[in-house]
Amino acid sequence: MNLHEFQGKELFAQYGLPVSNSKVIYEAEDAQKACRDIGGSKWVVKAQVHAGGRGKAGGVELVDTPEDAISFAKKWLGKRLVTYQTDEKGQLVNSILIEECTDIAEELYLSAVVDRDSQRVVFIGSSEGGVNIEEVAKNSPEKIIYEAIDPLCGAQGFQARKIAKVLKLNNEQTKQFTPMLKNLMKLFIEKDLSLLEINPLVITSGGLLHCLDAKINIDSNAIYRQPEIVEMHDPSQEDPRESEAAKNDLSYVSLDGNIGCMVNGAGLAMGTMDTIKYFGGNPANFLDVGGTATQERVSKAFKIILDDPEVKVVLVNIFGGIVRCDLIAEGVLAAIEEVGVEIPVVVRLEGNNADLGSEILSKANIKIESINNLGDAAKKAVELAK
Amino acid sequence: MSILVNKDTRVIVQGFTGSQATLHSEQAIEYGTNIVGGITPGKGGQTHLGKPVFDTMDEAVKSVQPNASLIFVPAPFCKDSILEAAESGIELIVCITEGVPTLDMLDVKKRVDELGLTLIGPNCPGLITPGEAKLGIMPASIHMPGSVGIISRSGTLTYEAVKQTTDLGFGQSSCVGIGGDPIPGSSFIDILELFENDPQTEAIVMVGEIGGTAEEDAAEFIKNNVSKPVISYIAGQTAPAGKRMGHAGAIIAGGKGTAADKISKLKECGVNVADNLTEIGSTVAKVFNK
Repeated sequence: MNLHEFQGKELFAQYGLPVSNSKVIYEAEDAQKACRDIGGSKWVVKAQVHAGGRGKAGGVELVDTPEDAISFAKKWLGKRLVTYQTDEKGQLVNSILIEECTDIAEELYLSAVVDRDSQRVVFIGSSEGGVNIEEVAKNSPEKIIYEAIDPLCGAQGFQARKIAKVLKLNNEQTKQFTPMLKNLMKLFIEKDLSLLEINPLVITSGGLLHCLDAKINIDSNAIYRQPEIVEMHDPSQEDPRESEAAKNDLSYVSLDGNIGCMVNGAGLAMGTMDTIKYFGGNPANFLDVGGTATQERVSKAFKIILDDPEVKVVLVNIFGGIVRCDLIAEGVLAAIEEVGVEIPVVVRLEGNNADLGSEILSKANIKIESINNLGDAAKKAVELAK
Repeated sequence: MSILVNKDTRVIVQGFTGSQATLHSEQAIEYGTNIVGGITPGKGGQTHLGKPVFDTMDEAVKSVQPNASLIFVPAPFCKDSILEAAESGIELIVCITEGVPTLDMLDVKKRVDELGLTLIGPNCPGLITPGEAKLGIMPASIHMPGSVGIISRSGTLTYEAVKQTTDLGFGQSSCVGIGGDPIPGSSFIDILELFENDPQTEAIVMVGEIGGTAEEDAAEFIKNNVSKPVISYIAGQTAPAGKRMGHAGAIIAGGKGTAADKISKLKECGVNVADNLTEIGSTVAKVFNK
């Protein structure tokens, strides 16, 4: 699960990290009061969406008057911001972060991830901030440090000093950085983060470290023990079909093809998409109905798939492991009837009682193609989608 | 021969009396797996599926001497259960549960490695040695004793590979689902090494998917350390970047973890890559007919 920048900064503040004075507004007219409360004569206004690249897309501005802050808020609230990280529809802006202006001397980079290779939380630091870190990694890898933290010992002072060298911090800044690193690690562990990124981490004209941005992802598996984070969830930033699916414990990802897919198992769902592509078609979605494809879940899945107007045909691919295919076939039939599916449906059943399942499907009055071989089923779906 | 489990493996089931554990333990016992008991705190002293139930692993070890554990407890309690098994000296721990927090796994993996134990999973279908023992949720009927060792990050894709190798008459020595999480207990490399040293295994099928670099690391290992032919299939060639595809570990991040990268690295290291999910079996056949 992703957080907005302002939510990330709230967490930073809780953990004693230096962030700007700021206010979040949801209505344009509140901008004036927000600017006054913050004080000063210049403000940074930032559209809050779950995507990077906001500055280049016009979603971040420096304003000199509260009136300009209001017009920025009017321009963006309720609109969608398109950046290089979003799709062409963009992300809905429903809040604006107004911050005091920070004078920047240097822009640095700091992030932390769960690294699969070392199986540790790894901090990544670079003296090159405010830019795409992947580019820095490619062009000047010597400017990046990777420091793995032992899960039982936590972040140590020597590790902060090591990173500080690569960030080119002076002695005073290094002293400021040491507790920051420890607190970031504490935040990472206590809130079950999977990613934390401060880009840029800046040195102000006064020579102090300051967190100018905050990107935080939370491990979805750990949400159950993070009630405070659950409150921060903003469903408007997600594809509505994806959130609807998540509510029903289905795993769905929207794609841009026209063959709807319903599969049990995440790996097989990906394999099914690939097979469709291999035979010249385009999958409309990734959908894992889970290990137990009951009638109820299959109905929900059909509804979500058919909500996409591009879908011309649905390919159901179920490997009946523990669940018997004849039961699945009955579930599919009932679901098709309940939902009122009008486009062609190709069903591939394999595994436990597959033949019995196919027989049930072929006897039904509804237009279903029952094909037990995955390659043939995919080919048929591709043909029907043309 | 086979790897990790056989008919003599003494299995204890953690979370034994839960509905999933009951369903799959029943099937495992029917398959011939030597389940010696189970653990459900608070239900010690009862009998379930004809086997003794214990409150703690400590009591189970003293009483029925298990050497493998099969875990079905809910995700919030998996760290506790895995560590309980590990600290009691259980050599092989198989955790089926999906949804274990990643940070729990960081701690668990460190401890399991220190103790030198084998952990399979979490978020996996388990493992099976056809005709001998089944520690997991896979459908027994599609398996057949034979010569192909199968390793996979995905449950249903493992079944596809199993079915195809059974249909062509090759059968399997053992099949191991290592699970779809970012921090798995065992890696492809750990299992490849076991299959390389197992005389029954004549070829190895490795089913991978997008995300991370486990397949690339395995490819390098295969080039240098595996003499047996390896056949591979990688799922997620059509997956968009930045989206988590069902499995917590299946995400293309920062341009890393794409199927194309994995496939080219595997080919470069001499692995036979099936172009398509439906061709795993036929690729195995091609290798055997060479």
